[in-house]
Amino acid sequence: MSLTANDVKKIAHLARLGIAEQDVEHYAKDLSGVLELMTQMGQLNTDGVTPMAHPLDQMQRLREDAVTETDQRDHFQTIAPQTEAGLYLVPKVID
Amino acid sequence: MNSQWEAVIGLEIHTQLSTKSKIFSGAATAYGAEPNTQACAVDLGLPGVLPVLNKDAVRKAVTFGLAIDAEIAPHSVFARKNYFYPDLPKGYQISQFELPIVGNGHLDIEVDGETKRIGITRAHLEEDAGKSLHEDFHGLTGIDLNRAGTPLLEIVSEPDMRSAKEAVAYMRKLHELVRYLEICDGNMQEGSFRCDANVSVRPKGQAEFGTRAEIKNINSFKFVEKAINHEIERQIDVIESGGKVVQETRLYDANKDETRSMRSKEEANDYRYFPDPDLLPVLIEESLKDEIRATLPELPDAKKQRFIDQYALDNESATTLTSSRELADFYETVVKQSGGEAKLAGNWLTGDVLGALNKAGLEIGDCPVNAERLAGLIKRIADNTISGKTAKQVFDKLWNGSDSADEIIEKEGLVQITDMSAIEAIVDKVIAANPVPVEQYRAGKDKALMALVGQIMKETQGKANPGEVNKMLIAKLKS
Repeated sequence: MSLTANDVKKIAHLARLGIAEQDVEHYAKDLSGVLELMTQMGQLNTDGVTPMAHPLDQMQRLREDAVTETDQRDHFQTIAPQTEAGLYLVPKVID
Repeated sequence: MNSQWEAVIGLEIHTQLSTKSKIFSGAATAYGAEPNTQACAVDLGLPGVLPVLNKDAVRKAVTFGLAIDAEIAPHSVFARKNYFYPDLPKGYQISQFELPIVGNGHLDIEVDGETKRIGITRAHLEEDAGKSLHEDFHGLTGIDLNRAGTPLLEIVSEPDMRSAKEAVAYMRKLHELVRYLEICDGNMQEGSFRCDANVSVRPKGQAEFGTRAEIKNINSFKFVEKAINHEIERQIDVIESGGKVVQETRLYDANKDETRSMRSKEEANDYRYFPDPDLLPVLIEESLKDEIRATLPELPDAKKQRFIDQYALDNESATTLTSSRELADFYETVVKQSGGEAKLAGNWLTGDVLGALNKAGLEIGDCPVNAERLAGLIKRIADNTISGKTAKQVFDKLWNGSDSADEIIEKEGLVQITDMSAIEAIVDKVIAANPVPVEQYRAGKDKALMALVGQIMKETQGKANPGEVNKMLIAKLKS
């Protein structure tokens, strides 16, 4: 499977990545190469192999349901570009 | 609905699990806190933090799965659902995709006396997003991330419902169930229980589904019914006027009672799910399932059947009385404390008590007359100390005061007259004073009797037993 320039632009947009026009062809070639490798791997017979969800062969540890965090809003908001009335302000979202 | 068409409806219901802390962090989940005071570094998606799964969220999800007779995945996996929105600081929502914690289950609903089984495809754990406030902040949007990371169980039904009525019945049943299980507080105003509906229409008899629209933002039982009915009509109109339904998300506007297109799907729904490398697979052992199964409360359907069998209640009363655990417990306490007056207790609860609560806008938990005081009243009706009519007076006083039924009956002198000779004297007096209705009755006009009974009850200040009065009066008039 190979990607077109338009595919690359669409993926970049979905991931909100800005890419330069002159690099598009280059990305298309590299990403196609990755997909090519996947296609090759996909040809292996994996009958009876359970798909792996995580490279570590371990199970998730769970925490007790307890409130352990304190309010650090003022601290966190010192790095926010804009705040008001305790809220983070962002460019207007229109639905 | 036009009868050539059939609606196909599936619901996605988001329930906030009632944990103290968030699903992946130790921040509080309490509703109504000052903005962003319950949003910690994990919830904000700051670099270098790691999510750690809340044990109680897992237990609550398993509890739900067992209650709907579903498969519980022995291995369950979290995935990232990628999209950009300011109330989702990480740029992805941690959700589940391929291996949800709860698999295939079902829930039985009752509509117009018919029972129907609705399939539940899956239920998965995920984190809630924050809230966007679109009031005017100088042309900007305000973001409150207190809700971000609140545990959600998203319950996805099969497209098994065929009318708005069935959809509402399913939603109510699910609402009742999560509250029975105490996994969600069910508070719809606060957004603890939210519903999206997938609606399509097809010609009756056609096997394939039509194109569906997803309606978002329907957060009351009333609106769900209205929004779905409106959407069914809209789709039929589109098709009958030669158009095509487009797959899209629509928003229900309760003020205008209409749905409108929310955003086009040209590039939406490309969420690029992949397993979240920050979280390992979750292992649910048989022992945990056994432990939870052993602590499951009696479920609504089983309780209803028991009420019918044990207390000889009709289906309707049993349905009402088991609609919440609190109400069912209240009822059983009244029955017990009144010495087993199951029928009378059922009538009073479903009638006067629920009526008064409804009028006052109260829940059973806030009822001014507790189970013990109501049982006191029921006992005095059952042993004929007071008539049913007087009981209503006593109930008003119970509701508005703190005296027991016995205290009220004594203070107000409401004890029913059981001395038959005293009643007889009044009956004779009323017959003598009302020759017209007496003649009318004797001439075959049965209705005239009511006027006489009314007079007697007035004379006795409602303290005579109307049944006895009736009997005595008829006997005297016919003699």
